Amino acid sequence: MAAVKLLGTWRSPYCFKVIWALKLKGIPYEYIEEDVFDKSPLLLQYNQIHKKVPVLVHDGKPICESTIILLYIEETWPQNPLLPIDPYERAVALFWIKYADDKTQSIPKIYRTTGEEQEQAVKECSEMLETVEQHGLIEGKKFFGGDEINMVDIAFCMVAHWLGVLEEVAGIKMFEPHKFPKLHSWAQNFKSVPVIKENLPDDERMFAWLKHRREMLLAPKSN
Amino acid sequence: MEGAVVLLDFWPSMFGMRTRIALAEKGIKYEYREEDLRNKSDLLLQMNPVHKKIPVLIHNGKPVCESLIQVQYIDEVWNDRAPLLPSDPYKRAIARFWADFVDKKIYDLGSKVWKTKGEEQETAKKEFIESLKLLEGELGDKAYFGGENLGFVDVALIPFYSWFYAYEKCGNFSIEAECPKLIAWAKRCMQKESVAKSLPDKEKVYEFVLHLKKVYGIE
Repeated sequence: MAAVKLLGTWRSPYCFKVIWALKLKGIPYEYIEEDVFDKSPLLLQYNQIHKKVPVLVHDGKPICESTIILLYIEETWPQNPLLPIDPYERAVALFWIKYADDKTQSIPKIYRTTGEEQEQAVKECSEMLETVEQHGLIEGKKFFGGDEINMVDIAFCMVAHWLGVLEEVAGIKMFEPHKFPKLHSWAQNFKSVPVIKENLPDDERMFAWLKHRREMLLAPKSN
Repeated sequence: MEGAVVLLDFWPSMFGMRTRIALAEKGIKYEYREEDLRNKSDLLLQMNPVHKKIPVLIHNGKPVCESLIQVQYIDEVWNDRAPLLPSDPYKRAIARFWADFVDKKIYDLGSKVWKTKGEEQETAKKEFIESLKLLEGELGDKAYFGGENLGFVDVALIPFYSWFYAYEKCGNFSIEAECPKLIAWAKRCMQKESVAKSLPDKEKVYEFVLHLKKVYGIE
């Protein structure tokens, strides 16, 4: 029986964050794909409060919420650190991780809505991108983590990869290189990192799924 | 480790209270600066340009923002006394989970309780009590969420106790009737000097909420 198990779904960026952290630290694990529309008894047992993926199970003990999982991984397996050692630098990193967690939630709203609601989601998303471009990324630094990616880079993964597919599905263009040069450059660098590049959802499969999902969500409700 | 500590804060803020408690638990001397949120100081805007919000902890001239991040920072820098987070990674993960639960549920639901009325308010009250009951479950028979001493979750949650009276008056219900164990825990926390001197008087908070209701045009 594997000491480390991950309950996840290929559709969720939050699950990929955990996969990348485990692989960057060289931790072997067993992956269990969950159908979030038909949740397994195992998932409901391990995450009774939120009933969501990802859930990391280490020696039978569950840890929930992707950022909390990443912090647990960092503290349990300190090799290849994903956070700065200095307490102040770490506090700054945690600030941007929280910012990413709170604000990138506006990204999926883009494909789930139309009209005024979608305009509002696009506005929120643009503001988030502008803030990160202005305050989050330091000129000349390849990654938020410096020369190597760290937990902050991982936290912004939705911007690097999922945003592009969602824009396509929703039929809007927002994350443009001339508007966000630093972020664009960062996104290219992030996706070139071998562990990231080799562990991303298939673009075509993702597009097809999101397009289908959008149609389902926006279909007029029948009585 | 030593060095000037400044806290930019606003007296009724539950988030500011968390940082005040952490500083008091560790016995750290600091300068408290009250912010007028309708007229934010240049220092606040400079130290928290992203959110422009309090609390902001300034240590040796460098800002730390977000209350739970401040509490963790204080715990790490002044690590020779009154630990707030456990040392075991799994116990730390549990503590973070419940502090995150407080952030996700208690603030928003509590706000809805005083801001709304009718069916919306009834739903908010119900969900608010349900969330408090889940926290009671996590507390169990322990004196504090942190065990025998105040811990991370205690610090995250206890500030909301200063707002319970306002929620009860606005929502016309008794939190103690529904969650007696939690209120017993809260009163236990209030016996601690670090908590008692960091939380404002409940009547003052209620007055403030009534003032806000007028300002927002809420009946």
